[in-house]
Amino acid sequence: MSTVDHTLDEVLSLASTHFKVPREKLTPDDDFFKTLGIDSLQALDLLTRLEQHFRIELPDYELQGVSDFRTLASRIQSRL
Amino acid sequence: MNKFQGQAISWQVVNGAIELALHREPCNEIGSGTLEELETFSAAMPQLASDAHALIVHSTMKAGFCAGADLRELYQGSQGMSKKEAVNGVREFLRRIHGVMNTLDAAPLTTIAAVHGVTFGGGFELALVCDIIIADRMARFCFPELRLGLIPGFGGIPRLKRDLGNAVVRDLLLTGRSFNAMKAQQIGLVSQIAAEGEALRLARATAAQVGKFDRQTSMAAKEFLKPIPYDELKREIEIFCDLFAQPAVEEGLRKFVENEGVQPYLP
Repeated sequence: MSTVDHTLDEVLSLASTHFKVPREKLTPDDDFFKTLGIDSLQALDLLTRLEQHFRIELPDYELQGVSDFRTLASRIQSRL
Repeated sequence: MNKFQGQAISWQVVNGAIELALHREPCNEIGSGTLEELETFSAAMPQLASDAHALIVHSTMKAGFCAGADLRELYQGSQGMSKKEAVNGVREFLRRIHGVMNTLDAAPLTTIAAVHGVTFGGGFELALVCDIIIADRMARFCFPELRLGLIPGFGGIPRLKRDLGNAVVRDLLLTGRSFNAMKAQQIGLVSQIAAEGEALRLARATAAQVGKFDRQTSMAAKEFLKPIPYDELKREIEIFCDLFAQPAVEEGLRKFVENEGVQPYLP
């Protein structure tokens, strides 16, 4: 498994656990706002959890227009 | 008035600490109603301070501590006004909120902000007037005003400069990015991190601790450590009002108010 795939897998697992959506229902190209049923405030909550999990700082302007798990994982990957 | 229950805030004295709770839906946006109640609190401060040694400011709203100024009220209130009238209205609002913030900043007791979730704009500025900020680990801070063509108007820049290095202040303001509680602690803004849902409990424990010391000594230390930058605060109001007169601000406010997108809190 490549590093970015590993990161993607961790992002999907974290989203599944926190938002209580079965892991098998989440796919990399899903729009996470729709799949997780979250609004912008909950997206900030997800961002904070991702920062804590990966021990990185992810400026939210890098997430502007990002709504799928794959791109989100790649943004995280570039800060690891 | 040791106890008060308003539409936007309430307070009571518990174990020698005034607990000031923010509870306006959805996330304690500060408009004229909240300002009036904060002024009532500010006027009651001298009497309250004689019965308490600490003040804890916290929110009972799930979304967070405070999302800042009520931009909808600001936008809608300025519709149908001449630009000059709108700017004068904003200047008066800022003069009043600065009065409240300065009273809290200089309060003759130890003040503690217990923050969680969204702590943005005016909410961040409210936390900055407090002597100690205790943050839930899920708290998020941001000064998003530049997105609207404005600067923070409730004393944010002078107070952020008082507490942090100028380079960090520039980054936070000029990018308008939000940052988490760990980052806030790392840069020296937050002194204690609480587990989720535990910020108020930690604030109460801290209030109990500060109550053990001689009040006069604590206030002498506070006055020495935390000067209020009055000149810069006055200058901030002038800059804000100059910017508010620009057409881009009305457009920025309109976009924010009408935004029904999923990412209005992202820059």
